[in-house]
Amino acid sequence: MIYAGVFYLAALLLVAGLAYKIFDYSRTPAPLKIPTTPAPTTRTGVVYRMAKEVVVFESLFKSNKWIWVFGWLFHFGLFLVLARHLRYFTEPVWFWVDVIQPFGKYASIMMVIGLAGLLARRFLVDRVRYISTPSDILMLVLLIAIGISGMLMTFVVHTDIVALKVFFLGLMVFDVQPVPQDPILLVHLALVALLMAIFPISKLLHAPGVFFSPTRNQVDNPREHRHVAAWAARLDQNN
Amino acid sequence: MAAAEFDIPELKDDIEIPKVREGAMAHAKSFIAPKPVQDFMGYPHELGEDWKERAIDKMGDLLGKYRSLKVFMDACVHCGACTDKCHYFLGTADPKNMPVARQDLMRQVYRRYFTTAGKLFPKLVGAKDLTKEILDDWYSYYHQCSECRRCSVFCPYGIDTAEITMAGREILNHVGMGQKYSNEILGKVLKIGNNLGLPGPALEDTLAGLEEDIEADTGVPVKMPMDVKGAEVLLVTPSADFFSEPHVESLIGYAKVFHAAGISWTLSSHASEAGNFGLFNGNYETMRKVAMRIRDAALELGVKRIVVGECGHAWRVAYSFWNTLTGIGYGGNDPFSIELQKQLDHNYPQPQHICELTNDLIKQGKIQVDPSANDDLVVTYHDSCNVARASRMGTEEGGQFTIPRELIKAVANNFHNMADDTIYESTFCCGGGGGLLTDDLMEVRVKGALPRMTALNNVVKEHQVNFMATICAICKAQFTKVLPKYGFDMSMVGGVHQLVSKAIKLD
Repeated sequence: MIYAGVFYLAALLLVAGLAYKIFDYSRTPAPLKIPTTPAPTTRTGVVYRMAKEVVVFESLFKSNKWIWVFGWLFHFGLFLVLARHLRYFTEPVWFWVDVIQPFGKYASIMMVIGLAGLLARRFLVDRVRYISTPSDILMLVLLIAIGISGMLMTFVVHTDIVALKVFFLGLMVFDVQPVPQDPILLVHLALVALLMAIFPISKLLHAPGVFFSPTRNQVDNPREHRHVAAWAARLDQNN
Repeated sequence: MAAAEFDIPELKDDIEIPKVREGAMAHAKSFIAPKPVQDFMGYPHELGEDWKERAIDKMGDLLGKYRSLKVFMDACVHCGACTDKCHYFLGTADPKNMPVARQDLMRQVYRRYFTTAGKLFPKLVGAKDLTKEILDDWYSYYHQCSECRRCSVFCPYGIDTAEITMAGREILNHVGMGQKYSNEILGKVLKIGNNLGLPGPALEDTLAGLEEDIEADTGVPVKMPMDVKGAEVLLVTPSADFFSEPHVESLIGYAKVFHAAGISWTLSSHASEAGNFGLFNGNYETMRKVAMRIRDAALELGVKRIVVGECGHAWRVAYSFWNTLTGIGYGGNDPFSIELQKQLDHNYPQPQHICELTNDLIKQGKIQVDPSANDDLVVTYHDSCNVARASRMGTEEGGQFTIPRELIKAVANNFHNMADDTIYESTFCCGGGGGLLTDDLMEVRVKGALPRMTALNNVVKEHQVNFMATICAICKAQFTKVLPKYGFDMSMVGGVHQLVSKAIKLD
C-alpha cells in the first residue's frame, strides 16, 4: 500500500514537474539568434545536429574523451536497462522488448561502470572537484545504488518478478496489488521513486533542457529571415 | 594610472591545463562607472538600500525574457567538459574563470531564489543568498569573460557562458555597478556616433588626410567619401579604423577595393561605428539604440547595400542581430522592416562583410591583385571569436573560416594555419574582447592571451610566420599591446585588408 502511494506521488511529481518545466521553457522567448556557429542553415540540419548531440554526445566528444566515454556508457546503458524494464509494464510483452532482454541485462554493467567513472572524476580531477556540490555526488551515488540493487536481483538473488509485474500492471489500472516483500527490491523501488520525484527540480533537467538550448536548436539564417520576439517587436512600433 | 605589477606567463610548447589556484585573479577589478556615465545610461551609480531586491527582480525579469538564460541556469550537470576551455582559466588558473564556475556565480543565487531545491536544501545543491561578496565576485569575474563562446562549443547542452555574463553585467548595471570602460563608450556612440567620440568634422579631416596619403603613395586619387546621398554602398566600420594603427591600413584597403571595382560608396558621420557595446552589456534596448543609427543612416542616404568592415563583435551584431533589431536584412513582413528592405538591392546579402565583398570581386575578376606584393610576409590567420562562433559569411556553413582564408591566399603567397585546436570554431579569443579592452584589466588581458600566443609562437618557430592577420578591431588593438609582452613585434598583427591593400592593382 505504501509503495503504491509512493509511486503514484513520484509519477505525479515527475509528470507534472516536467510538464511545467517544458511549458515554462517553451513560453520563454529567445529574442536573438544565437546558434553556436558553424550552425545548420536549415531546419532539417538542426534536427540532425540535435540528434548527434542527444545520441552520440557530439559536443562532449569534442571536449573530453574521458567524460564522453563514461557519460555515454552510463546513458546508453541506462537507455537499454529502461527499455528492458518495459516488460514489467506490458502484457503481452512487446516483441522488441523481448529481443533486447539480454542486452538490457548486461547494459546495467555499462551503466554502473560509467557512473563509477564519473564519480571518480569528481574526486580525482581538481577542476571537477572544485565545481562539485554534495548533490552532484549524491546523484551519482543514488544512480549507482539503483543500478547495483537492480543487478543484485538480476544476477545474484532473484526476486519474485511475477508478483512485481502484477503490482505494476495493477498500478497502471488503479488496482493496488501487494508489492513483494523483498528488501533489495524495496530499496530499489524506493530509490527509483526518489529519482523520479527529484527529476524536475534537479540538474536532471538537462534532459529536456538540451532540446530548448538556443545555441543548438536555432537555424543559422538571420540575414534571410527576420526573427523578433513578441516583447521586442513592441519596440518597432515606436519608430 | 600604471597597471599593477604582474608576471608575464612563460610560453611553453603546448597549451597546458594549470592546477587550480583559488583566488588567483580575485583582485582584478575593472574601474566602476562614475555618476555622469551611469546617469546618461539611466542606471544608478551606487548600491542603494534595496540593491538586493533590485538584483533579484532584474534576474527574474531576464529569466522571463531570455530562454537561453533560463535553460542554461537549469541544464548544467557540472560534468566538467568546459573547465579547461576558457583562455582566462588557462592563463590565470583561477577556478572562477572556468566557464562552469563563472556560471555558478549566478546559478547559486538563481537556485536560492528561483528553484524549489535551492529554497528547501540550499547547502545540498550549492544555493546561496545574494550577498555583497557574491555581487563583488560577479563584478570581478563577469569582467574576466570576453563572451567569446568557446565554452559553448564544448558544452553537451550548448550552455553559452556569454549569455550569463551578459545577464550578470545587466544586473550589475541595474544595481549601480556599471563598468566605466564599456558604459563610457556607449555614452560616446549614443551622443556622437562612434566609440572614440570623434565628431563629424574631425572625421572629415582624417579622411581627407588619408586620401592625400594614398595618392602620395600610389599616385591614384582613391576617395574616402562621407555622407554621400545616393551612394550604392554604406560602409560601416569600427571607428578604430579611422585613427588606430594597424586598423587604418585596412580602411585604406577597403577604399582601394571600392575604387578598383568602381563601386560608389560612402561612410556616415551619424553611423560612424560598427562596434556595438550594447552586446557586451546584455541590454537589448541599448544594443538596438546603437544599431538604429545605422538603419537611420541607410534610410537617410538611400543606399542599396550595407557593408561592414573588419570587426568581430560588430559582425556578430550585424550578421545575427541587425535584421532582428533594425530590419537590415530580408524576410520582414512588418512595415518597420519593409520600409528599409524594399530599398536594399536583393542581389547582395544584407548586411555583407567586407571579406565577402572583396573575395567575390577577386573571384569574379572585377579587381586584380598581385600576391607577390606580400612576399615579404609569412601569414597566419587568427579567427576572431565572434566571427567564428556567432556568425557566418557566404552561403555555406563555415564560410566564416573559408572566405577570409581564401582572400588571404589570393593576396599573399605564404600562409600557414595555427594548430587545429586553436582555430576555426575552437579559436582562442585574443584576450581583450567583450568589454575588457581597457588598461585597468591589463593583467587579465595579457594572461588571457596566453593560449593564442602559444599557438602563434609554434607557427613562428615552425614556419617563420611574421604576420598574424585578423578581422577584428579589438583583436588588433589587444595584440598590438600584448604581443610585445610575449617578446613579439607589435607590427606582426594587422587586418586582412591590410594585405589586400598591398596587393591590389589600381589603374
